[in-house]
Amino acid sequence: MDAIFTANNVWMMVCTALVFFMHTGFAFLEIGLTRQKNTINILFKNIFIITVGLLLYYLVGFNMMYPGFAEDSSGIFGFGGFLIDAPANGMTPEYADGGYTWWTDFLFQGMFAATAATIVSGAVAERMKIGAFMIFTIIYVGLVYPIAGSWKWGGGFLDQMGFYDFAGSTLVHSVGGWAALVAVWLLGSRIGKFKDGKPQAIPGHSIPLATAGVLILWLGWFGFNGGSVLSADPELTSLTLVTTCLAAAAGGVIAVFVNFLKYKNLDLTMFLNGILGGLVGITAGADVMTPESAILIGGIAGALIVFAVAFVDAIKLDDPVGAIAVHLICGIWGTLAVGIFSTNPEHTFLIQLTGVACYAVFCIATSFLIIFTLKKTIGIRVSEKEELEGLDSHEHGMDAYPDFRLNEH
Amino acid sequence: MKKIEAIIRKSKFNAVKEALHQVDVNFFSYWDVTGLGNEKEAHVYRGVSYSTSDIQRRYLSIVVNDDFEKITLDALLKAAATGEVGDGKIFVSDITEAYRIRTGEKGGATLKKISK
Repeated sequence: MDAIFTANNVWMMVCTALVFFMHTGFAFLEIGLTRQKNTINILFKNIFIITVGLLLYYLVGFNMMYPGFAEDSSGIFGFGGFLIDAPANGMTPEYADGGYTWWTDFLFQGMFAATAATIVSGAVAERMKIGAFMIFTIIYVGLVYPIAGSWKWGGGFLDQMGFYDFAGSTLVHSVGGWAALVAVWLLGSRIGKFKDGKPQAIPGHSIPLATAGVLILWLGWFGFNGGSVLSADPELTSLTLVTTCLAAAAGGVIAVFVNFLKYKNLDLTMFLNGILGGLVGITAGADVMTPESAILIGGIAGALIVFAVAFVDAIKLDDPVGAIAVHLICGIWGTLAVGIFSTNPEHTFLIQLTGVACYAVFCIATSFLIIFTLKKTIGIRVSEKEELEGLDSHEHGMDAYPDFRLNEH
Repeated sequence: MKKIEAIIRKSKFNAVKEALHQVDVNFFSYWDVTGLGNEKEAHVYRGVSYSTSDIQRRYLSIVVNDDFEKITLDALLKAAATGEVGDGKIFVSDITEAYRIRTGEKGGATLKKISK
């Protein structure tokens, strides 16, 4: 028994490290698709998210996400107390059916928490004040994410209703995605993004970094989904990794194919976004899908990416990295797909839709409240001069590439 | 013919490009330069201030016919200015000859748009 407990916990700790490593992926992707003059600012945001996010999870997040709802509670809000304190049986197989120790539980979940804020970081890139972003992150990751998470993973009302989100298409990706949508709407588009109502291209400064970022994220997803099995169960973990990878591949291929049909070019950035869309799409049900369903879900996500990016442009919103298309649209799709394709007959489309609606209302309301208040008090957008000259020199007084700068725009 | 060389802020490049386009000046070269000037840029690296007088600018080289000289200068001066120290410089010099490589023609006509 001990050997299996150890094996399970080791797998979970490896997955914790893989999910942690995704922050490298996010950082590279975001800076790759944006301009050099803002690179330090974006990296700063990403480093802030993983450090402060983890500390917040230690302070309040973990106990708000897993408060241990009482039998008769409404399952909407609970709080287990500040700081972390291992229960008596936390280090024994009793704690989580022998899947992992309490410490592992805290850290694994802590790594997920920060990823929700990093979704917003990409969407608001190149024009949001760093101070406002930091305050938003603290409140959103510190309070909104754990409360949202408690409704399903913490045993709250959506869990009791039968809503299913295996690894967070909704709880992580659309929670971040809704906030990204609201933020982008309140922030406005970058100077020069729209000219006479038509979207202009603002190319990123390093497609190689963006590519590396996506591959790192795919690698991290082995832990993101593989670890959400919550043990090293051979059948479930291996199935999950298969569905995850097939969905990623299908998402990429269909995205680049649809992009080719629509725009007649082989666009690498769409290929990359399609892979991510597929990954986000399978995340809600990676352990309850057949390989065929995984490919279908990933493929549809890939197609959605192309249309979603165009749609975001059409409604005059500026999303430099495609965060809304990848995380919000594919997050919703992945959640609903569980109701359509799951091998578990208890999962229904209606229950999934209910869950999506609950999170939509909650996340839109809270992110709007936070960002609108910030907008009206300290302001959320840098000045025109700061935006044109770059956030690196104005918010940080630093150069990301002091030795090397060509064709900056 | 005149060569007009302008050293401008990178953040003003789009405005300058648009202004030149408005007066039908659509032919020039540009590159990024680092230089020394009056403006000081604040850089801080791990507690140390550095290179505060090395500044990043964009260098434009425009060759125009004499009758375009004033209109080009006016457009540049208006579009590239912010009013702050560090807006840049413009230098004007004489050009003795111009050639179109494709056809071998020479003279001021080579600076005009080619008619189809």
